[in-house]
Amino acid sequence: MLRESALKESDAVLNQILEPGLGWTHIVKRGQIFRIVDIEGNQAVDTLFFRASDPADRYSAVDTIREQGNLYLTVGTRLISISGATLLTIIADTCGRHDTLGGACAAESNQVRYSIDKKFMHNCRDTFLLTLASEAPELGKRDLAANINFFMNVPVTSDGKLTFEDGISAPGRYVELRAETDVRVLISNCPQLNNPCNAYNPTPVRLLVWDGC
Amino acid sequence: MTDNEILIEEALRGGQMWSRVLRRGQRLRLTDTEGKASVAALLYNADRPSERYNMPDTLKAQQTAYLTQGHVLYSDMGRILCSIVADTVGWHDTITGHSTRDSVKARYGEGAYLKLRNDRYRNTRDNFLTELGKHELTVHDIVANVNFFVKVVADDEGRLSWVEQSRKGGFVELRAELNTLIVVSNTPHPLDPSQKYDPTPVQLTIRSGTPATSDDPCRLSRPENGRGFILTETYFV
Repeated sequence: MLRESALKESDAVLNQILEPGLGWTHIVKRGQIFRIVDIEGNQAVDTLFFRASDPADRYSAVDTIREQGNLYLTVGTRLISISGATLLTIIADTCGRHDTLGGACAAESNQVRYSIDKKFMHNCRDTFLLTLASEAPELGKRDLAANINFFMNVPVTSDGKLTFEDGISAPGRYVELRAETDVRVLISNCPQLNNPCNAYNPTPVRLLVWDGC
Repeated sequence: MTDNEILIEEALRGGQMWSRVLRRGQRLRLTDTEGKASVAALLYNADRPSERYNMPDTLKAQQTAYLTQGHVLYSDMGRILCSIVADTVGWHDTITGHSTRDSVKARYGEGAYLKLRNDRYRNTRDNFLTELGKHELTVHDIVANVNFFVKVVADDEGRLSWVEQSRKGGFVELRAELNTLIVVSNTPHPLDPSQKYDPTPVQLTIRSGTPATSDDPCRLSRPENGRGFILTETYFV
């Protein structure tokens, strides 16, 4: 579902660019609004959320899917944690559909998917691990569960095939979430060069935070 | 020991959990003895449980949103925990998670031990936490699970619907490719529309066997799986 936001960039308390291939982690406080902008279009923004006060209570893709009865994330989706709590709610979306089945690329899964000799290539799991080790060392590999891929299009057919399609995002499209509790956001702006989802061209995204009204 | 020898055969009562390390090459068959089974499962590399079943990697490597014969279950390290070597059921879910204390209570009522003793209403989350605890694993180790015998389909808009599927005598058989810790819980799936808490037994059969041969159908089913087996075999070099 498409819904625009009334918030102005000039009012944001945080406004920064995240280049592809880099990670970012930040605590978004309860009531704050968090927006990700797909600046050039068709980027995949691999994202995990954790309850700040208890990171074991993390975003759960399967609980989110089952509780809303739908595979895709958009306006109105409550991002459910493993304890059943709502961590964030999607309140605006100009893309219309986001994936949570495709997971994050990793050196090892790249070897399986593409070629044994692709292990050297930069990937989201490495970014997640290094970002956590540097900035949130209390978290590690065990905390990396199935993530959200904002702006990525991974349709499932009625006979159960999983397909990776051209993106439905475009330059400037964004998704906006309201934090329902204090949450740690962990992002890898995907460096994948083997997947047509991003036209083999990873691009930057803009991250913004507003204080709640 | 010869191949295909039954090592263990036991019934898993409705509501119960179970775990075991399947040695590489051993096979585990789950049989739906009454026709309404639902078995949630988590899988780990028994030698190093931080390596565990990874739903997204399993699905994207095989471009599927469900599991059946010919598919393999990938870990988060590019290796194969188990292959699905036989399946008369046809569809096993891995995208809709499992029941919790709250979901069972909301659907079926309290079902407390005080009143029902060992027929109490059990849920998969508590079963997982309990059984994982025996292996010194915790809530950190609970990820998207497999739901054997469960079919949930999505339409073009992504809307889910439950499909009645399993039949009496239906079975699915796994072959361990790593030494695999498998933890299972035999409780109703949270999307099962039945209003009665009535889980039924599942037969567990473990047989001796050998790892995938060079002409194994799971290995040959697609190039990704061929590479998955190479990475798995390299681990044991």
